[in-house]
Amino acid sequence: MLPRAAGLGLLLLGLGALPLVLSNPTYTSIAIFTLIYMTAATSWNTFAGYSGYIPLGHVVFFGSGAYTLAVAAQDWHLVGGYGMFLLIPLAGLVAGLLALPFGLVALRTRRHTFVVITIAIMFIFQLLAFNLGVTNGSSGIQIPTPLWPAATFNDPFYYITLGILILAVATSWFVRRSRFGLQLLAIRDDEDRARGLGVRTGRVKLTAFVISAIPVGMVGAMYAYFIGQIFPQFAFDPLFDVSVALMVFFGGLGTVAGPLLGAVVLEPLQQYLTLQFSIGDLYLIIYGVVFLAVILLMPRGVVPSTRDWLRARRTGRPDAPEVEGDTDRAAEVAAHTGSPT
Amino acid sequence: MAALYGAVIDGILTGGVYALMAAGLTLIFGVMDIINIAQGVLVVLAAYLSYFLSIRFGLDLFVGLLVTIPVLFLLGVAVEWLFIRRLRSQEKTAMSILVTYAVAIIIEGVLSVTFGVNYVQLHGWYVTRSFQLLGFYLPYIYVFGFLLAAALLAVLFVILYRTRFGRSVRASLQNRTAAQLIGVNVARVSTLTFGLGVAVTAAGGMIFGATNAFNPNSGYDLISRLLAIVILGGLGSIGGALAAAVAMLVVEDVVAVIWSPVWSDVVFFVALVAVLLIRPVGLFGRAAARAQ
Repeated sequence: MLPRAAGLGLLLLGLGALPLVLSNPTYTSIAIFTLIYMTAATSWNTFAGYSGYIPLGHVVFFGSGAYTLAVAAQDWHLVGGYGMFLLIPLAGLVAGLLALPFGLVALRTRRHTFVVITIAIMFIFQLLAFNLGVTNGSSGIQIPTPLWPAATFNDPFYYITLGILILAVATSWFVRRSRFGLQLLAIRDDEDRARGLGVRTGRVKLTAFVISAIPVGMVGAMYAYFIGQIFPQFAFDPLFDVSVALMVFFGGLGTVAGPLLGAVVLEPLQQYLTLQFSIGDLYLIIYGVVFLAVILLMPRGVVPSTRDWLRARRTGRPDAPEVEGDTDRAAEVAAHTGSPT
Repeated sequence: MAALYGAVIDGILTGGVYALMAAGLTLIFGVMDIINIAQGVLVVLAAYLSYFLSIRFGLDLFVGLLVTIPVLFLLGVAVEWLFIRRLRSQEKTAMSILVTYAVAIIIEGVLSVTFGVNYVQLHGWYVTRSFQLLGFYLPYIYVFGFLLAAALLAVLFVILYRTRFGRSVRASLQNRTAAQLIGVNVARVSTLTFGLGVAVTAAGGMIFGATNAFNPNSGYDLISRLLAIVILGGLGSIGGALAAAVAMLVVEDVVAVIWSPVWSDVVFFVALVAVLLIRPVGLFGRAAARAQ
């Protein structure tokens, strides 16, 4: 446990010191986008990784968070500055409130139908953003720019996003350790059996869905404030969820460290490819090929594969079986809740 | 009132073409238990192939199908054989969606690099002309497209219900393991089914490209509609996909006429959500589709 805590401390120290080392705004901007995606991937995984449901509509929370900040700043005539950051918890609240009806509708279905209904709801929101008066349609909304010194302009964005990320990771970690997380994992393994054993599946799934929506809404607001303007096609981009899902699968679905690793590797790569090959959409091809390679060569992700490899080395057995799937979680839950198996 | 009848007729005619594209998607799902997200961009790819053949070689759009249908069939077989077959059975739902999404992104990128991102449209004498029937002006392309879709759906039904291969497909659709036990080569059936499901996009893409301006990005709009249709009809049910396609397109066109074209797209998805609230398996779905 000690080396892990030390590693975590070092990581935090490194992340905290990064803007002092990297003064080039191009790099700090990429770092902020990476932190935003690290948060989104971690939160997405808090629901998808533990429950086994794959939502492709979390961009709804991202976009709603972004529009919450933009519309509030516009209607209340706010000036750019630190005060605007106070809108970020509001954006998280809006995202969480939206997640309630969204989850109630979508979680009635399972597997493919769930995936498709989340996509459908995503398109409903995108069309609403294009057509409702409050979002100003496709002309978008301008957000007041803070008057900070240019040299350290990015720093406030960086540190506050880092704060949201720490919150999201802590949530993910606590969910993973808690009885609530155990119930989610039981749903992932066999939902009908979990329900038979006394897990209130509907309530557990909905709670996890709402928990995973809130930080996504917060970083959505951060994204809008950092970019300085917001349009429907960027706020409700269908590729958002696919990018996030790819990051999670790359690192390892259902692990705490996996989504962080996936975002750290893939988001800068995507930014780099977009900068390098923006003309001709060549970056789409490269991104797609990387995507395919990751899924076909490492279907379980980097973190679980590495963990197995280390375990195999330690025990001296080649190809030690994964312990993850062996435990009977439904029985574990039963032991916790006291119902008969 | 005449505008309303016109909208219904338009909806039925375009619904037929959507039915054909959705039938391929739902067939692939029924046999293989995967969703092919690339179906939308494959339709666009087929439209570009027709575009290329007509611009470069002056081929008529309908004659061009003799080339594009086999090409897309082979492409489908290749995708299944190269990528889908390698997926492990656990988490196949998520994995298949991600893999076909990656294929879609690659195809979109290749199309953008090859043809650029400007909108194009297919041309032929029947694209711009229309004729009068019972007081309604019907564009030739809508009628031809509907007839072509109906003919190809008939061919699909003959393949499924009158051939040995079709019997294997239906057996795999009902129960994969049982089909394997009675000697059906399920792996081969899956590959051919995927090819077949993709091949129908050749015709769908040609009609789509002749009735709409398109660019490499058009696949997202298409796949969202096709997914809504197959889910509404019940995943794996071809008849359900046909009914849902026609119903959805009629509703959309009618809403466009009596309310506003702006909201017709929203109604499309709201209808899906509303139906799923009452029947989570879709209109004609089997209960098994709900088991996780």
